Amino acid sequence: MGKYIVKRVLAAVITLWVLITAVFFLVRLMPGEPFTNPKLTPEIQANLEEYYGFNKPLIVQYGQYIGNLLRGDFGYSMKYTNKTVNYIIGQTFPFSADLGIRALVTAISFGLILGIISARNRGKGIDIFCVFIAIIGTSMPDFIVGATLQYFFGMKWGLLPVAQYKGFAYTILPTCSLAFYTLASVSRIMRSSMLEVVQQDYIKTARSKGLSEMRITARHQIRNAIMPVITMMGPTVAATLTGTFVIESIYAIPGMGKYYVESVTNNDYALVLGMTVFYGMFLVLCNLIVDILYGLVDPRVRVGGK
Amino acid sequence: MEEQKITKDMFQVKGRSITEMETISRPSLSFWSDAWRRLRKNKAAFLGLCIIVVYALLAIFAPMFSHYTMSEMDPKSMNALPSLQHWFGADATGRDQWVRVWMGARVSLTIGLCAATINMCIGAVLGGLCGYYGGKLDMIVMRIVDVLYGIPSLIITILVMVVLGTGVTTLIVAMCIVGWISSCRFVRGEVYRLKGQDFVLAAKVLGVSDFVIIMRHIIPNIMGLLVTNLCLAIPNAIFQEAFLSYIGLGISPPNCSWGVLAKEGIKMLRVAPHEVLIPAFFICTTMLALTMLGDGLRDAVDPRLRGTE
Repeated sequence: MGKYIVKRVLAAVITLWVLITAVFFLVRLMPGEPFTNPKLTPEIQANLEEYYGFNKPLIVQYGQYIGNLLRGDFGYSMKYTNKTVNYIIGQTFPFSADLGIRALVTAISFGLILGIISARNRGKGIDIFCVFIAIIGTSMPDFIVGATLQYFFGMKWGLLPVAQYKGFAYTILPTCSLAFYTLASVSRIMRSSMLEVVQQDYIKTARSKGLSEMRITARHQIRNAIMPVITMMGPTVAATLTGTFVIESIYAIPGMGKYYVESVTNNDYALVLGMTVFYGMFLVLCNLIVDILYGLVDPRVRVGGK
Repeated sequence: MEEQKITKDMFQVKGRSITEMETISRPSLSFWSDAWRRLRKNKAAFLGLCIIVVYALLAIFAPMFSHYTMSEMDPKSMNALPSLQHWFGADATGRDQWVRVWMGARVSLTIGLCAATINMCIGAVLGGLCGYYGGKLDMIVMRIVDVLYGIPSLIITILVMVVLGTGVTTLIVAMCIVGWISSCRFVRGEVYRLKGQDFVLAAKVLGVSDFVIIMRHIIPNIMGLLVTNLCLAIPNAIFQEAFLSYIGLGISPPNCSWGVLAKEGIKMLRVAPHEVLIPAFFICTTMLALTMLGDGLRDAVDPRLRGTE
């Protein structure tokens, strides 16, 4: 197990390094410059470039950036002067994380419950209902879910606040919009994997031992059926968190997504880089946790590798 | 006792004859006609196919037969509701939504189809080579895949779009840079599995060259799965296009796609909800249709998988 974890951690570190490098050089290829204010005299421009280190060769800049990064310093933003990237991330990330975690918890718990219920009642009305929800959910982009929910619950019926993020009532609509897609795909996968597990011999054995249906479902079916859900957790977390970009803009939530999109259009190198690396780090970490969890749950992974 | 000689001509065949027994009385079904037969029986999948065909035809022909154009503005019918003049209403600058929806369909469907096809081809070739030959190439490609797999594809796509600028072609390129990974993984696994099967071994023993084995034995066996995956990858690409257009990195203004229409519609949500609900309806039904078709295809090409999802 130790060897497995070391291997995974190593892979995560390499992934992160590739991500940082790729993003660093891609950002420099972006058309346009960060300092394009016509009021700037050439001297000021030169000073600014000196200050941010743009006059040095790219490779030196790269070395410096990595060095700073290792000390946890993302540098200064170029548009929001006097604000460090760390500060901006610190200000905005809590909102995004809060929304993301709420959505993930909602999606996974309800998704699993729907999947289990629908597999246990295969072919009955409730199964058809659950499958229907799953199909609707996987065929609607999150911004459409967001806009539709906002229109009906917020504007037309006036049940819930339309925008901003100031209390529990404010979180309901964004959470639901973000969670819907993930919820649907989790329930779909859970359902099919439950149906597959039912046919296995060990379920027959359990039944012939005289175990109660409840116990079979809880101890034998769910524990085995949950594996595919865990496998897809990494990409799912990524999808949910990137989904926050759009949901934040629809519900006017002051999270990272807004700054990220703005910094891309502003050519704010440091902010784009910082946020991408931060995002990437977060997602790579999630993947790593999922991988290790997978190893813990499935003994085959521990021994045989892939 | 006189021994009786039994000769052949003493026997007479009544009823059955060898030739009759061995003739194939029904027309033989090829793999694809068999799959097609099963697909037609699956109502959901067939409905999906019909929806896609109808949308594709409308996308091609609807703008041609309308007397409005995509960019013609009419101040009198700003935010008009659906009516006889404007079947789907008009947008904030009075452009006819019917035409815009179908022009958007052209872009969205093209991007979906192209991106998914290119991704699938790159993935199939690389994955096939890795799975069949293994060795150093396999190791290198798989390490690249492992690393890229850990990076959220959307982030890379966003950055590539920023570097290359907006437009249909760049959108497809950006999606292809990271999009081939999943198909590569899956094809590699599939080819690796087939390589160990007896019919490949038999072909090898008979001295068939690698090229012929790949073309005649391996590709036909994964073709069904490839088509299925292609069908399921299209909605993904349309999703991504809609997302990128939504955050302003996809299709630039004179052109439009469903994502752009939805984005513009959301701004007008308070005044004219139909402007977002109509494109939303088309995005959703297309996704739905493609997913149903894909599921149906999977069952049709590999009946053993039926009912598992």
